[in-house]
Amino acid sequence: MERHFERDLDQLRRKLEEMVGLCTDGMNAAAQAFVEGNAQAAERAFLNERRINQLEIEIDHDVVDCFALFQPVAVDLRFLLAILKINNDLERIADHVVNISQSAVSCAAQPPATRLELPRMFMLAQNMFADACRSFFEKDLQTARMVLETDDMVDGLNRSTTREAVQMVKAGTLSLEAALELMRIARNLERIGDLSTNIAEEVIFHVQAKVIKHHGDENK
Amino acid sequence: MTDSNKTLKLTVRDLNLHYGIKHALQDVSIDIREHRVTAFIGPSGCGKSTFLRTLNRMNDLIDGVKIKGSVKLDGQDIYANGVDTVELRKRVGMIFQKSNPFPKSIYENVAYGPRIHGLKDKATLDALVEKSLRQAAIWDEVKDELHKSALALSGGQQQRLCIARALAVDPEVLLMDEPASALDPLATSKIEELVYELKDRYTIVIVTHNMQQAARVSDDTAFFYMGKLIEFDATERIFTSPKERQTEDYITGRFG
Repeated sequence: MERHFERDLDQLRRKLEEMVGLCTDGMNAAAQAFVEGNAQAAERAFLNERRINQLEIEIDHDVVDCFALFQPVAVDLRFLLAILKINNDLERIADHVVNISQSAVSCAAQPPATRLELPRMFMLAQNMFADACRSFFEKDLQTARMVLETDDMVDGLNRSTTREAVQMVKAGTLSLEAALELMRIARNLERIGDLSTNIAEEVIFHVQAKVIKHHGDENK
Repeated sequence: MTDSNKTLKLTVRDLNLHYGIKHALQDVSIDIREHRVTAFIGPSGCGKSTFLRTLNRMNDLIDGVKIKGSVKLDGQDIYANGVDTVELRKRVGMIFQKSNPFPKSIYENVAYGPRIHGLKDKATLDALVEKSLRQAAIWDEVKDELHKSALALSGGQQQRLCIARALAVDPEVLLMDEPASALDPLATSKIEELVYELKDRYTIVIVTHNMQQAARVSDDTAFFYMGKLIEFDATERIFTSPKERQTEDYITGRFG
């Protein structure tokens, strides 16, 4: 017999999937705005963010209801705790996407050579995010662990982008304003990588009941 | 968290119990630690109450019961020849699902046990009755009507009176068989608080159908299914990340 608690959990899962879809679309739009200088694409990221904020509140509310009404334990408890945290991660990712979109349009006016490592960072951050979310819905530990390993690459690209932008400013091949926008995008992509890592950590908590953030009980 | 250094109060090894041809408990081994609350959970008929009753030989009173294995209280086998079951049940008291006060006054209910164990002095009895009622968190409610019939008390008060009655003979272990299942949430909460208070002085083993109650009051939880002990661990572990699939399915309501 299906429990009506299952239906509530399914509904939460669907709302989270909607948030993931909006974040993904926002990231694609931000990348498009960066490459093409497409202001309409940037606008899409803003619009998505509004709906994401609504969903964040709805999911918080639904999770509180589930705690109060069903007193979940074990895998249900871990699922709801994971949803609560991922919900927060997604909302923050949407904020970073908006930040990127704001800078992206102005960067598009720069010649392609000045984009540094950003196209690669976009690709890595988008992949990390997609893999982290997919690993949650599919309870795929292998993919979740892969996301954790990718984070160092994104961090490295952020540092090299900053370093190269500073060098180009010093060499007079990049304006200070353009460098600041590029570094802003890189920093926000790096944060999306971090938040995708958080999501992957929640997958491991949900499936294996292990807390690995800050290397918590990785070896337990 | 589990503190493995705690002294073991009860150690059970390879316990098997048959009711006639029914094999009700199968190879149960468990260590129950002193001054801890241990909860037994599991579906109806899983053997948890039967197992509870083996801990003070209450099953001896049932025809056709055969028990093999060992149950040791402070290292002494309670099923060994020559063990005085009256003395054993004084050391290992029991609280039942349905409160069962004697049809006597509140005072007499508590004084009964110490009296049959030989205590006669009125002043000492008075002090013991007060101490027991205080420990059972019911003194303030009944101190002015100690000679009123115990049957006039509410269900929750009757259950706490039964706890006071059990405490009056100075037990070391308290076995509780669904002590709050017939009580409203307020009375249940008082029993749960009491269990929490009492564990400093006694070792408590509680059978409950209420998962949240097990989670709230116990330090360790044992899950029984079809006469077997499936999993035994710290309560927080059982309710956040049980090792066994059967345990998880039961506590999350996915069973069957």
